[in-house]
Amino acid sequence: MHLILFFLFAGFCLAGAINLLLQTHPINSALSLIVVMTSLAVLYLLLGAEFLAIAQIIVYSGAVMVLFTFVVMLLNAGREEHTLGSRAASRVGFPAVVVLFAVLATIVLHMQGLGAAHLGEGLSNAPGQSNLELLSQVLFHELLLPFEVTSVLILIAILGAVALAHAEGSKIGASERTAEK
Amino acid sequence: MSFLQHDVPLSWYLLLSAVLFCLGVVGFLIKRNLITVFMSIELMLNAVNLSFVTFAYQWHEVRGQIFVFFVMMVAAAEAAVGLAIIIAVFRARSTLAVDRIDLMKL
Repeated sequence: MHLILFFLFAGFCLAGAINLLLQTHPINSALSLIVVMTSLAVLYLLLGAEFLAIAQIIVYSGAVMVLFTFVVMLLNAGREEHTLGSRAASRVGFPAVVVLFAVLATIVLHMQGLGAAHLGEGLSNAPGQSNLELLSQVLFHELLLPFEVTSVLILIAILGAVALAHAEGSKIGASERTAEK
Repeated sequence: MSFLQHDVPLSWYLLLSAVLFCLGVVGFLIKRNLITVFMSIELMLNAVNLSFVTFAYQWHEVRGQIFVFFVMMVAAAEAAVGLAIIIAVFRARSTLAVDRIDLMKL
């Protein structure tokens, strides 16, 4: 069961990622990125990270990708010109990607002591303790301060986004107003 | 039905994560649209998150999952600010092609 689910959703993941690269229209790329993120949520579920799977769907497939599709539609982004990248990209970039993948694959395949994933196995060694319980204990006791700082970070990000998108707009409005005079 | 009871080696998850990361890098290099370049960065972040979850599972360490949680929060903040910057760039230059946004190029 685990093997079938893994292959199914890893296949969805890879197909979505490759489709993201091949599509020329940004909205198609955004939709295939949603496929990638949702199948990653299922893989998290297989690895016993229920909380992260739900957070992935809500935060990534929900909030972030809605922002992306909203911006694509707002800016009416058309077809992009198809190029194979700049000269620097083809000379340095692609060999670097190949080397990076080779190094990563070698490290992974030679890594000692990697086990296998069983369905339904939790992180906790104590019986009857769910992953969510363990996670919330660490998150709300030891890491409470970083957790609270994150909320300040998100508040600042929202204010920054509003300021960035608004300041430009009011300037355009002001120039239009002076043009009317 | 022994096929149904097979476990998945964790190295396959790590390999999937490596492939996704490299696809993200390739997308970053070949895409010519500001928004899709940004999407490739999100793809790389997701690939790294998958390997964090895999290692958390391997060593029964819940802090790996908490790290992914923080990465998600920072990525959400980054997406909001980044897309606001993209809107500002589009208003200033009325193009999304990265080849035409070259004011700082020598």
